[in-house]
Parts: sequence; C-alpha cells; structure tokens
Amino acid sequence: MVEFALPKNSKITGGKTWPKPAGATETREFRVYRWNPDDGKNPSVDTYYVDTNDCGPMVLDGLIWIKNHIDPSLTFRRSCREGVCGSCAMNIDGQNTLACTRSMHDVKDGAVKINPLPHQPVVKDLVPDLTNFYAQYASVEPWLKTTSPTPQKEWRQTHEDREKLDGLYECILCACCSTSCPSYWWNSERYLGPAALLQANRWVSDSRDEATGERLDNLEDPFRLYRCHTIMNCAKACPKGLNPAEAIAELKLKMVERQI
Amino acid sequence: MSASDTPKRSLRTPLGRVRNLGAAHSGTSDFWRQRITGVAMTLLMIPALVIIVMLLGRNQVYAAQTLSSIPVAVILLLFIFASAWHMKIGMQVVIEDYVHNEKLKLVSIMLNNFFSVAVALASTYAILKLSSGV
Repeated sequence: MVEFALPKNSKITGGKTWPKPAGATETREFRVYRWNPDDGKNPSVDTYYVDTNDCGPMVLDGLIWIKNHIDPSLTFRRSCREGVCGSCAMNIDGQNTLACTRSMHDVKDGAVKINPLPHQPVVKDLVPDLTNFYAQYASVEPWLKTTSPTPQKEWRQTHEDREKLDGLYECILCACCSTSCPSYWWNSERYLGPAALLQANRWVSDSRDEATGERLDNLEDPFRLYRCHTIMNCAKACPKGLNPAEAIAELKLKMVERQI
Repeated sequence: MSASDTPKRSLRTPLGRVRNLGAAHSGTSDFWRQRITGVAMTLLMIPALVIIVMLLGRNQVYAAQTLSSIPVAVILLLFIFASAWHMKIGMQVVIEDYVHNEKLKLVSIMLNNFFSVAVALASTYAILKLSSGV
C-alpha cells in the first residue's frame, strides 16, 4: 500500500533555536527544515531570527541572510534570484513556490515555515534529489522531431500556431507542480507528473513537430498520463502562473480525438 | 523522505527506470468510458430516482406492474449498466493509485471486476424478473 506516514528515520524532531541577532530592532522568525546525511540523525526544524532591516524582502533573501550571518551550514539551491531558473523551489508556509519571488511579508501569522519540496528524497536540508523528475522530463523527448528535409532557414510557424505554445513554453522546471500533486506522491515512478506532461503537451501542440502521434503513443498509459485526477494542486502551486492541469486535459482530449 | 530511505537502489539509469516497460498504449478507452457513463448517470439519475421514489413502500405487485412498462425497465437497466461500469472503472483507478504490491493489485482488480459484474447481473436479473411479472 501507499505509505501515508513518514519512515522512522524521516520523522522530524525538535531542532535548535538560534539566538536573535544582536542589535536588531525588527526580526522575522524562520523555521527551517534541516537534515544532514552525514550525522545519522533524524531531520529537525531549526528556528532563526532574521534582521528584516538588514535583508531584502523575499524569503530567499532571508535564507541567504541566515547563511551569511548565522549558520553557514544551511544548504539550499539558488541562482538567478528572479524567478527564472527555478533552483530555489521549496515549500514555504505549506505551499510549493520559489523562495526568490515569495515575499516574507506575504507569509502571514508568525514564523516563515520552510521545508524542502514534498515527497522527494532529500540530499541535504532544503535540497531535494530531482533525478527522477529530470529523467521524466527527458522521457518526453523535449526537442523538435522532424522527418521532412531540414529547410534552408528556420522551420516556419504561423503567428496563430505560435500562440498555441503560450502558457506551455514558459515552464522553468522548478518541480513545484509535480511535487505538490498527490497522484505524483503515490506513483512518481510511473506517473510522469504535471511538469513533464505540460512539456509533453508543449511539443504535441507545436505545429512544426512531426512526431505528434509517436509522442501521444508514448504517453498513452494508465499511469504515465491517466494518473492525473484533475486535483489542480499543480495550477495552484505554479509560481509562473501556468496551468499544467489544463495541459494534461488537452493531452487527454487529443487521445480521445484520435480514437473517435 | 531522506535519501537513505530511497527503496531498492539500482544501477539502472534514471531514464531507463522511467521508460521501464514502455507505454501500455491503453487507458484512453477507460477514460472515455468513465466520461460516457458519468454523463449517462447524470441524465438517468432523475428518472431513476423518480421511479424508485414511486416504488417506495409499495408492494411487489405494484412494483411488477410499474416495471412492466418498457421505458421504466429500460431506464433502470441503463442506470444499472452505467453505474456498474462507472463503479468498476472508478474503483480500479483507486486500486491502481493506492495498492502498490503487484500481486495484491492484480487480485484486487480481479475481485473488483467480479464484484461489478455480479452487482450488474443481479440487479438486471431482479429488474427483468419483476418486469416480466414472473
């Protein structure tokens, strides 16, 4: 059966409360998930106090401030700090999102609670192991596939056909959607998840692609595609405002279309 | 889940694991049938409910008389077929979602099929028996 409870060695224990920064007049409490693969201990939640007068407004600014001023061992991914790279995806106040685009002031009621993306193996602290997620993306073969002779210039596309890719091409593969999906939690080995399926639909919808049928064949499976039960957590979580559930519904529609 | 909990480490590549046995090339018919039966049930629910309410508290003779009407019997039979089919597909989805032990999954799906067919046939038999006045 599906495991609804955390394994023994993943149960969260009480963590360390770090002292408030000296001389700070305004602070914000951060409760951050910690797990170190090297010390053999269970995960814990550490409490930090961030000097809000000395750091930027975003949750990522707070984490960087903690790393620079309090605890250099705190581990998380970050790169562009402007919602383009998708590296700093994490669960903030119960919602998967990007730490760089989520303001700590938008988190109401006390502490800013930060956990790694749910239901993924943890590498350390807030860093999830996304190997399976990336392999699923690779499995949809996200590149233009053609058999016609390559044109002298670019493969051409009308403006109308190009517009069909809006809402699909903007995905930054942060994994917020897939890791918020209960179906993906229970069946991530077989269900491709919202992110990979949105990308699959991006290529199925591309008028220049000549492998549409082959792509649909590759997706037609009770698990790969049909584990989506339109729960819509993906659309709620997407920090780019995309709607993977709609993309999956379009894929299902195309599957039916080619059969009846 | 921490990295040490990851079950069954293997040397197979991540892409190999994702591709696994390949796509089953099925699932669309069940998806489509679930929608068809869902719409059918929505349409049939009101007439079926009206018939059931009409029969509440009445004796068997009255029930047999009501069901001897062809439209009434057909509505109830269609409702039974649509419900049983919908139930079978829906329950299979639930089993596939939550039962991960392959043997248990196969047995559960088999039992689900047997149960759905049995419910459908028993209900059909009851309706036909009453409507034929036997």
